Amino acid sequence: MSKILTDSLEWIDARYPLSKMWNEHLAQYYAPKNFNVWYYFGSLALMVLVMQIFTGIFLAVNYKPDAALAFASVEYIMRDVEYGWLIRYMHAIGASFFFLIVYLHMFRALIYGSYRKPRELLWIIGVFIYLCLMAESFFGYLLPWGQMSYWGAQVIISLFGAIPYVGEDLAVWVRGDFVIGDATLNRFFVYHVVLMPIILLALAVVHIIALHEVGSNNPDGIEIKKNKDPKTGIPKDGIPFHPYYTVKDIVGIAVFLIIFSVVVFYAPEMGGYFLEKNNFLPADPMTTPEHIEPLWYFTPFYAILRAVPDKFFGVMGMGGAIVVLFFLPWLDRSPVKSIRYKGWIFKSALALFVISFFGLGYLGMQTVTPTTTLFAQIFSVIYFAFFLLMPWYSKWDETKPEPERVTD
Amino acid sequence: MRRLILAFILLVPGITLASSGGVELQQAGNDISDRASLQAGAKLFVNYCMGCHSANYVRYQRVGQDLGLSDDDLTENLMFSSEKVGETMSIAMDKYDAERWFGVTPPDLSVIARARGTDWLYTYMLSFYLDSSRPWGVNNLVFKDVGMPHVMWDQQGWQKLVHTTDEHGHEKAELVLVNEADKDKAEQYKKDMRNLANFLEYMGEPAKLQRESLGWKVILFLVIFLGFAYALKKEYWRDVH
Repeated sequence: MSKILTDSLEWIDARYPLSKMWNEHLAQYYAPKNFNVWYYFGSLALMVLVMQIFTGIFLAVNYKPDAALAFASVEYIMRDVEYGWLIRYMHAIGASFFFLIVYLHMFRALIYGSYRKPRELLWIIGVFIYLCLMAESFFGYLLPWGQMSYWGAQVIISLFGAIPYVGEDLAVWVRGDFVIGDATLNRFFVYHVVLMPIILLALAVVHIIALHEVGSNNPDGIEIKKNKDPKTGIPKDGIPFHPYYTVKDIVGIAVFLIIFSVVVFYAPEMGGYFLEKNNFLPADPMTTPEHIEPLWYFTPFYAILRAVPDKFFGVMGMGGAIVVLFFLPWLDRSPVKSIRYKGWIFKSALALFVISFFGLGYLGMQTVTPTTTLFAQIFSVIYFAFFLLMPWYSKWDETKPEPERVTD
Repeated sequence: MRRLILAFILLVPGITLASSGGVELQQAGNDISDRASLQAGAKLFVNYCMGCHSANYVRYQRVGQDLGLSDDDLTENLMFSSEKVGETMSIAMDKYDAERWFGVTPPDLSVIARARGTDWLYTYMLSFYLDSSRPWGVNNLVFKDVGMPHVMWDQQGWQKLVHTTDEHGHEKAELVLVNEADKDKAEQYKKDMRNLANFLEYMGEPAKLQRESLGWKVILFLVIFLGFAYALKKEYWRDVH
């Protein structure tokens, strides 16, 4: 029996680099041995991506991308399709968890300097994934064709109108109509189930290839490749990803699934944060809801948009808040990567940044008053200052010496 | 910095005042696992609401299954205009006619409980009061100038709006019965509306009963799986120093 298996493997290996890939990416990919809890979010993001694709396929089988039928078809899935409610909740709540995981994954990179040389490109690919994820969720959010789907899309697409000269035409081109309508729904469906998933999957693969080329960073922010065993050439602080991190990531996945299940089965609406109340009203172009807000994962950027009095500069600010992420690898001039060896200046700046991000997220859900606008402006300034002043404060910071080998 | 955090905390309470026309909502206190209540609610729904409101995503058969009613029970008690139990709870009223009569088409109520919440629905049904300036002679405290008449006025008795001032000088709008003799009737009406709100909540998400009974089994499995996964990880990682 095992002879047949080895022969088959040889047959395949002579035609396709199966064993080679297995070794390069799993069995002989050496990851630092000191990963902590922050390092679960990469594999979790991958798992949620796969989950979204599979639940999405089941949903697309029963969903109708037609303005007259869309809302009803979602309710059909919730009621008449066997376990349709479960698939739909997994998908809708999975989107929120996807963002939660990606935010934590990005924050991990921020605190341990995982964007620094030689991982600049890895970080940039990651920011592209984040951008695609935003587009993917934006397109997907229109599909249930509820009030918030409709008016959220209306608000966001009308932002194109802020671009001088071509803006209005561009908005019409994106919508395929003068208002959000059947044409918009149909194209968004295609973008959501075909275009964006292809790009996301491709980028995820590229992200992993880039990671395995440069090797993983670790909580100490030092390169394990600098300290190799002279005989084997294997990093002394490295352990093969498989089996060590595969078995460890299974633990992370189990913990995640428990938390995820609690929400799916016992709090699917999450108090209106994961499934908005207004989205249980069918889209009505004649009735504008008194309070339009995006889902929680967009609210920090929405708050920046509203903080700027001018529409065009507001859009610029919102876009800039994401574009600035691309430059992060070159903004950080600290001699050390990890927060463990950075000084009080960076730590304070990071704390202010986190407060601002949460503050903006909160303000993005509130109705606008002069006070909320003032706070949104303060938080926006801190948000940008964190990045734009980094070249200076990261240099002035008093850092501690990095260790030679990873610590536990 | 500290001032900033303080100011931030002071901003938070704003979130708790949801929109209900500023009226404090009464607790529906319903329980969707109470079948008798759901059955009573279903009966009220088909008798009073379905004159004008549809529930187009709900099938009689599913209601029967979930509420413990046989097909015969359904046809005799709940189905007045439909022939087959597999049909949805749709109505015959034309939506353009409805718009002419009421100003707006009465909304489909399949998922209304998920949009409004049961407390809102319960309070809404209790908050009709006499207002001669409105076409149907009634207004509503939580839904100002609503197009809906008080369909169940004979169940509750008429209410009128009274403005009172409390000891702090705050003005308060209160609803009182026009006829004190309707007191017992109004109490029964409250119970009926609790049942109706209960049925509306069930109807908004029929899978709720199913998901809550399935959930703990899934979670229990995952907890056991976590135990094995953790033991496996520990075993493998013994040789990592």
